[in-house]
Amino acid sequence: MSQIDQHTGKESSGIVARDTIDGEIATLNLGPTHPATHGIFQNVLQVDGEKILSSEQTVGYIHRAFEKLAERRPYNQITPITDRLNYCSSPINNMGWEMTVEKLIGAEIPKRVDYMRVIIMELARIADHLVCNSVVGVDTGALTGFTYVFQEREKIYELFEEVCGSRLTTNIGRIGGFERDFSDEFYKKLDNFLKTFPKVFNEFDSLLSRNRIFMDRTIGAGPISAERALEYSFTGPNLRAAGVDYDVRVMNPYSSYEDFDFIVPVGTQGDTYDRFQVRQEEIRQSLLIIEQALKNMPEGSYKADVPDFYLPPKEDVYNNMEALIYHFKIVMGETPIPVGEVYHSVEGGNGELGFYLISDGGRSPYRLQFRRPCFIYYQAYPEMITGSNISDAVLTMSSMNVIAGELDA
Amino acid sequence: MKSKLENNAVLELLNGKFGENIKSSEQPFDLLTVEVTSESAHEVVSWLKSEPSLAISFLTNLGAVHYPDNQGREIAVVYHLHSLINNFRIRLKAYLPIENPEIKSITDIYIAANWMERETYDFYGVQFAGHPNLKRILNEDSMDYFPMRKEYHMEDATREDKDDRFFGR
Repeated sequence: MSQIDQHTGKESSGIVARDTIDGEIATLNLGPTHPATHGIFQNVLQVDGEKILSSEQTVGYIHRAFEKLAERRPYNQITPITDRLNYCSSPINNMGWEMTVEKLIGAEIPKRVDYMRVIIMELARIADHLVCNSVVGVDTGALTGFTYVFQEREKIYELFEEVCGSRLTTNIGRIGGFERDFSDEFYKKLDNFLKTFPKVFNEFDSLLSRNRIFMDRTIGAGPISAERALEYSFTGPNLRAAGVDYDVRVMNPYSSYEDFDFIVPVGTQGDTYDRFQVRQEEIRQSLLIIEQALKNMPEGSYKADVPDFYLPPKEDVYNNMEALIYHFKIVMGETPIPVGEVYHSVEGGNGELGFYLISDGGRSPYRLQFRRPCFIYYQAYPEMITGSNISDAVLTMSSMNVIAGELDA
Repeated sequence: MKSKLENNAVLELLNGKFGENIKSSEQPFDLLTVEVTSESAHEVVSWLKSEPSLAISFLTNLGAVHYPDNQGREIAVVYHLHSLINNFRIRLKAYLPIENPEIKSITDIYIAANWMERETYDFYGVQFAGHPNLKRILNEDSMDYFPMRKEYHMEDATREDKDDRFFGR
């Protein structure tokens, strides 16, 4: 049976297939462009009938050299790069980066900015998890829930639009805070969202959570144990589904997360169903966090006092010499940056999103590395799907929320 | 959540255990950063994981930095490790010469290091000895240079139609 495989260039394992009549192992390309992979990545599967014997991944199809780009751009121009990592929850990436720079320059951030950020980041988390969970539904053949929650996701995007003008790749906020305070319209829309969303969400939940077909399809699909998940450096909902309660918001609170009361849901089996349930509960917790932030929103400014980094108001730029100079310096990337080395991480939609930044005092970072949770946990995929069916492999991938933009940087 | 370990206490333990192999240390933004010799990096990572009082057993990040002006120690390999039990983070650095940037792979300690090391090899050319499958991961296989090294500029250096001098580039 030993022969050179035309795709992997390796000698095939020599295992005799048991589930097919001619005893042959088939090579199947899942991706790079396949509707079920929800992104561009390839998996070369060795299958025995419907059963997966091994899998080899190819990644990097949409590599855009973000880390190299970042070494040339001034700090404020790096925020749009972070949009394109996990584009399902861009605001978390943006604010993670802004907080990293604020940590480096030692900016004091007003409490109000922290709370505003928490609202935006939790909305982004809801949007991220909604996409992931509804797509798990789609992959099991239940399209209805997807169409329900995408209307709600649209409302979240309208909220982002109200704050920063963009929807998907938001480039929201600035180093030092926000462009402007939340408008009345924003609060109105947010209130409306908080009223209607739980009903729709509960309907979505009731369509899937205790649905016999859905449970049969997802329970036991693509499991991973807590030990293996830690070995693979899993973070985020995927790690919590395996039973480890690691959440950056709790372990290393940033943006005043220590003020909020919420629980970190954990699963036990680390399978598709647990990942689904952990995300569902996180959406509920995010709603609670948003409500707390709204209720306790402190008075104060929507921006920190960092004139070297924060663009002055436009009318000042035209009428005030000092503001014009600051504007020019920021746009040209000529602001003084301290020399230093900083690692800052936030709880992104997929897990610990880290920024390792080395500054040599120049206009661009000397080195900026993104810790991209997707890239790290996607390694475990072959192990998780070996021995399962192809349809389970598709489910496992969508429930892991592998986002090509984050995977390939 | 506050960390259950003190930077200085951990540093003392490391100094006591590895002595000569701990070359220097600093604590930027309260994150213990220890420079170790490239020969001992594998052993230090392994010990941090197995030492029960530390339990630094989570690999957060692995990457490299290129310092072209550092004679004989141009490439820094940087490990970020985390103890989830003690909520303690530590950063390890090992410097390698650019002619022979070789360091022992830690894939036998952390499976997650597999792709991180492949990425580091892909962009900086660090040779991880003992890595099971050290080949390019994000770039194309036929690429014959390591693009994140500082000698490769963002734009084609031969281009003359653009003059960015006045824009601080």
